[in-house]
Amino acid sequence: MSILNFFSRNRSSAPVAKDRLQLLLAHERVLSGRPDLAAVLQKEILAVIAKHIPIDQDKVVVKLDRGAKVSTLEIDIEMPDEVIAQG
Amino acid sequence: MSKVMVVTSGKGGVGKTTSSASLGAALAQAGQNVVVVDFDVGLRNLDLVMGAERRVVFDLVNVVQGDAKLPQALIRDKRVETLYLLPASQTRDKDALTEEGVGRVIAELRERFDWIVCDSPAGIEKGAQLAMRFADIAVVVTNPEVSSVRDSDRIIGMLDSKTLRAETGERLEKHLLLTRYDAARATKGEMMKVEDILEILAIPLLGIVAESPDVLTASNVGSPVTLHNPASAAARSYTDAARRLMGESVAINTPAEKRGLMSRLFGRKATAA
Repeated sequence: MSILNFFSRNRSSAPVAKDRLQLLLAHERVLSGRPDLAAVLQKEILAVIAKHIPIDQDKVVVKLDRGAKVSTLEIDIEMPDEVIAQG
Repeated sequence: MSKVMVVTSGKGGVGKTTSSASLGAALAQAGQNVVVVDFDVGLRNLDLVMGAERRVVFDLVNVVQGDAKLPQALIRDKRVETLYLLPASQTRDKDALTEEGVGRVIAELRERFDWIVCDSPAGIEKGAQLAMRFADIAVVVTNPEVSSVRDSDRIIGMLDSKTLRAETGERLEKHLLLTRYDAARATKGEMMKVEDILEILAIPLLGIVAESPDVLTASNVGSPVTLHNPASAAARSYTDAARRLMGESVAINTPAEKRGLMSRLFGRKATAA
């Protein structure tokens, strides 16, 4: 055992485990019994947009970030220039 | 009044089968008429842990499908005469069980036994759902480890929504059984403490079973630990848990750290909870 190990031995991982779980479960409890809300939102939002402009599925980037107080669902759609020009 | 008790966890390998056998045996040793039912169709193991693997003729699937009568499938324990086992099938899959069929078998068991202990398979699929479907009481077996706690939380959600009691608005008793607890590691902050897990899962504590070689030894020889080594700490934990299930109030002892020479010399404190 190195000296570094000896001194860092008291740094405990249990509180980290507890914090991670509390954050995760706060989300999972809200979602339980429902299909993945983010997936449903993504599908429906894209369907609405697709009704009006042609979307290339490869040009859609979806990101989800679950935070302690606020979660963000980020949907990036690259629109072809000609569509904008027409509008 | 008979009670149907599901022993469940979501995650595999946390001690459902061991706990089913030990709690069932402890209840029977206290004079109750008990049957432990293996719901893990296709991967039965309760027979092995209880030392009855060579006596299985008919199983739960046979009874559900009407190929055998219930008394033909029940195996009486050779050590405790009020303890019975209803084994699972090894050759079928979980689709062999139907809700209607399981309901019929449970109703028949209720006429003969005080306690019907349902050993749930791991997972959240049909087998696990059928094991909990008719429960009056649930014992959620959890290890002090993140993946086990997360899965237990999921199972608690299912107990609150997918059981018959939940659907009819009746109360389902839920209890937490913490297994494989290591007091020394919890003291060092390497393992979540009992109170951390209780805070997260928010159901009452039924007992704490410390990590112990006695549990493995007992399953090696095919005997619930409460029968094989009644004086061991694990057996006492299960016996106390069984008494609590029967309504007695028994104080819960959090396993304390065994202090070695070094920690005594340097005066590190053991948990006093």
